[in-house]
Amino acid sequence: MSVNETSSQAPELGTARVKRGMAEMLKGGVIMDVVTPDQARIAEDAGAVAVMALERVPADIRKDGGVARMSDPDMVDGIIEAVSIPVMAKARIGHFVEAQVLQALGVDYIDESEVLTPADETHHIDKWEFTVPFVCGATNLGEALRRIAEGAAMIRSKGEAGTGNVVEATRHMRQLRADIKRLTTLDSSELFLAAKNHQAPYELVKEVAGTGKLPVVLFTAGGIATPADAAMMMQLGAEGVFVGSGIFKSGDPEKRAKAIVEATTHYDDADLIAKVSRNLGEAIVGINLDTLPAEQRYASRGW
Amino acid sequence: MATTADPVIGVLALQGDFREHVAALKAIGARSALVRRPDDLQSVDALIVPGGESTTMWKLATTAEMFEPVRKRIADGMPAFGTCAGMIMLADRITDAAAGQQTFGGLPITVRRNAFGRQTESFEEPIAFDGIGELAGVFIRAPWVESVEDGVEVLARVTSGPAIGRIVAVRQGNLLATSFHPELTADRRIHEFFVAMVHDRGSA
Repeated sequence: MSVNETSSQAPELGTARVKRGMAEMLKGGVIMDVVTPDQARIAEDAGAVAVMALERVPADIRKDGGVARMSDPDMVDGIIEAVSIPVMAKARIGHFVEAQVLQALGVDYIDESEVLTPADETHHIDKWEFTVPFVCGATNLGEALRRIAEGAAMIRSKGEAGTGNVVEATRHMRQLRADIKRLTTLDSSELFLAAKNHQAPYELVKEVAGTGKLPVVLFTAGGIATPADAAMMMQLGAEGVFVGSGIFKSGDPEKRAKAIVEATTHYDDADLIAKVSRNLGEAIVGINLDTLPAEQRYASRGW
Repeated sequence: MATTADPVIGVLALQGDFREHVAALKAIGARSALVRRPDDLQSVDALIVPGGESTTMWKLATTAEMFEPVRKRIADGMPAFGTCAGMIMLADRITDAAAGQQTFGGLPITVRRNAFGRQTESFEEPIAFDGIGELAGVFIRAPWVESVEDGVEVLARVTSGPAIGRIVAVRQGNLLATSFHPELTADRRIHEFFVAMVHDRGSA
């Protein structure tokens, strides 16, 4: 076969490698929640690797209450038109038709997200059925591996979205990291019990025990509000950062967005993080988790 | 095994899949180093610009005061290899760029960003690479080469589907670029090809 020959083999769309590979390209980057084309452009100008199109940021979903659903297709189209970077959008947990619609709109990644009101209390979306890749939230290794078994091509720690409080993101990143580390210390006969305890497929448990990492890219999310928050999550092993309400609910979104992008790249450079943290204006006010009732916690949605 | 006499291949580590490139270089016994700051650049003999988001890399390179130093090293003949976003960064001209988007340049080619479409159009396909043979092409929101100036070698084209015939790998002198991601496969032949280019630098 020479450079000018043709092949009868058709290009293969939506393989696991191109879905997971897309997440590899986002690594070291920041994905920002946006609700308008203008916000999307601000995010792109600040150096976001992708934007998440949604109707309301999590802080507003909390405030407004009611059922939170997939965005209006017009709004998703407007954001796709506004930027050249990848556009993600959220579907409700288990709502496979919202996911079909988002795929038809041409979004680049779907977030099956606990921030929206779940549409199915038993089943998540069968993500293998789609050519568009999915990211899903997880609070521990078992949950991450169940989502990967369903076809998720990227995992994010859940944190507690819309609170501006990083404590739950920290808890979930540390939990994932500890679960993975522990698996690598087990011998092969112990992995069967580990799979049972994690309620996860044995083959995936065995793979993680061998490699010491998830088989897909791991980002962090839920409560990241400052450059230092982003850098801490990176030092805890996140491969990139989702920032939701933290940017556009702050005093100076453009400056804060740029600062979080820089802190995510140079996460081990305290001098630089100090420099970019100066005069960012007001951060999102935030919510203390001990005042947040159990039924208002998004992280417990999904299983 | 690598010795201290071997060239150090830098991998631009601002954003993207730079760890996969480092792993590929390790697997073939080449010396590698992450390049994140201007100081890091001084100790490398060549540079890989990884896959990722080209607009983000451009902005981060600018704020880290890396943009001009990298551009100058490439213009002065440092060997460089770019995959996907890295190909965009090495191209002299881009179409469908973000507003004001700049590149390191060096390759007299025009590259179209996101040329194959959105992520749902991302694909895998066997590619015939001139001088190497058939290998797996992994294309992710990939660019293609719209046109090349004289002196640029075309090393691979798309072999099937709607984009048949499009140029997806080029070389000129010390610069190599692919639209696809050899670093996401276990096949190390393109990295070996680039390391051989680095060893032969100056004579090209």
